[in-house]
Amino acid sequence: MALHWLQAVALVGMFAVGLYMVDLPFSPQRLQLFNWHKWAGVLVLTLSFARLLWRLTHRPPALPAAVEAGMPGWQRLAHQATHMVLYVLFFAVPLLGWAYSSAAGFPIVLFGVLPLPDFVPVSEGLADALKPLHKFGAYAMAALVVLHVAGALKHQFIDRDRLLARMGLGRA
Amino acid sequence: MKSVLLALTLAASAALPLTATAQQQVLANQSELRFVSRQMGVPVEGRFERFSAQVRFDPAKLDDSRIAFTVDTGSARINRDADAELPKPIWFNVAQFPQATFESSRIRRVEGNRFEVAGKLSIKGLSSDVVVPVTLAQSGGTTTATGSFPIKRLSFRIGEKEWADTSMVADEVQVRFKIDLTGVPAL
Repeated sequence: MALHWLQAVALVGMFAVGLYMVDLPFSPQRLQLFNWHKWAGVLVLTLSFARLLWRLTHRPPALPAAVEAGMPGWQRLAHQATHMVLYVLFFAVPLLGWAYSSAAGFPIVLFGVLPLPDFVPVSEGLADALKPLHKFGAYAMAALVVLHVAGALKHQFIDRDRLLARMGLGRA
Repeated sequence: MKSVLLALTLAASAALPLTATAQQQVLANQSELRFVSRQMGVPVEGRFERFSAQVRFDPAKLDDSRIAFTVDTGSARINRDADAELPKPIWFNVAQFPQATFESSRIRRVEGNRFEVAGKLSIKGLSSDVVVPVTLAQSGGTTTATGSFPIKRLSFRIGEKEWADTSMVADEVQVRFKIDLTGVPAL
């Protein structure tokens, strides 16, 4: 659960910084934010690994029977699919960002001291192809996060099934 | 490019006093002039697409040998974002200083095929003395000169105002070159 909330804060922050920095003019501030975004992206990627490892070794508690019974089939499917695609994007978006940076000729140097490997060659064509993938991957993740939050709020305030107590919000 | 170079070479050989030392030809298409700057620790490579050299080099007559370089500052390429910025006054100020130059003052053999070329580097109207290590390799009729040396970008005011901050872009920039020449006497 701690990982979930840490990731939530990190992803919202990354998305906001990403949206802001791409419109900045060529300046030291732009350079700084891009580098911070990349360093943070590498940390987000390690969080994703931690989350996946935890998920694979700890079975999440099943939905309360009453909640499960109250959900039509399409909602159960949407619930599973949203989580699955989010997990894929937790890895895909940072990795695409990393690859884009490498292809654009900017290897990532974590905190300005630790050079990370490039797993793609420097290539303008490749960078042009990767950039929109990173961008739309992030948009897709943002859309799914909104859906995820909307679903949670629906359970809390419309169904009033106190599902959010499982995540440390409100009383059970 | 070739005809420009030929014209430059002819002009240079006409200007230089005639000596027994032959003038060498630089093979521009096989030659490279690169630079690596560090942005927040990230090495970023760039290159100059247009440069010419006047070389009169004889390993047996180093005192008579001269090397001069002229680099078009407007031909600096890093990436699309940076390329639009580099000609501006705070970087190379191409409008006012279209060329950077190097002129040797003394060449000495360190040992074997390794040499040191001391000279004056001028960029953006500012000059600095540099010592350039050069390694020569000969194959067929071609001599390849390679080497790298550091320069301090701020001593040439490359990157002014907010870009003078060396925590963003390091002061030290590595210059790397690989120059192919014909007509160099055997080492």
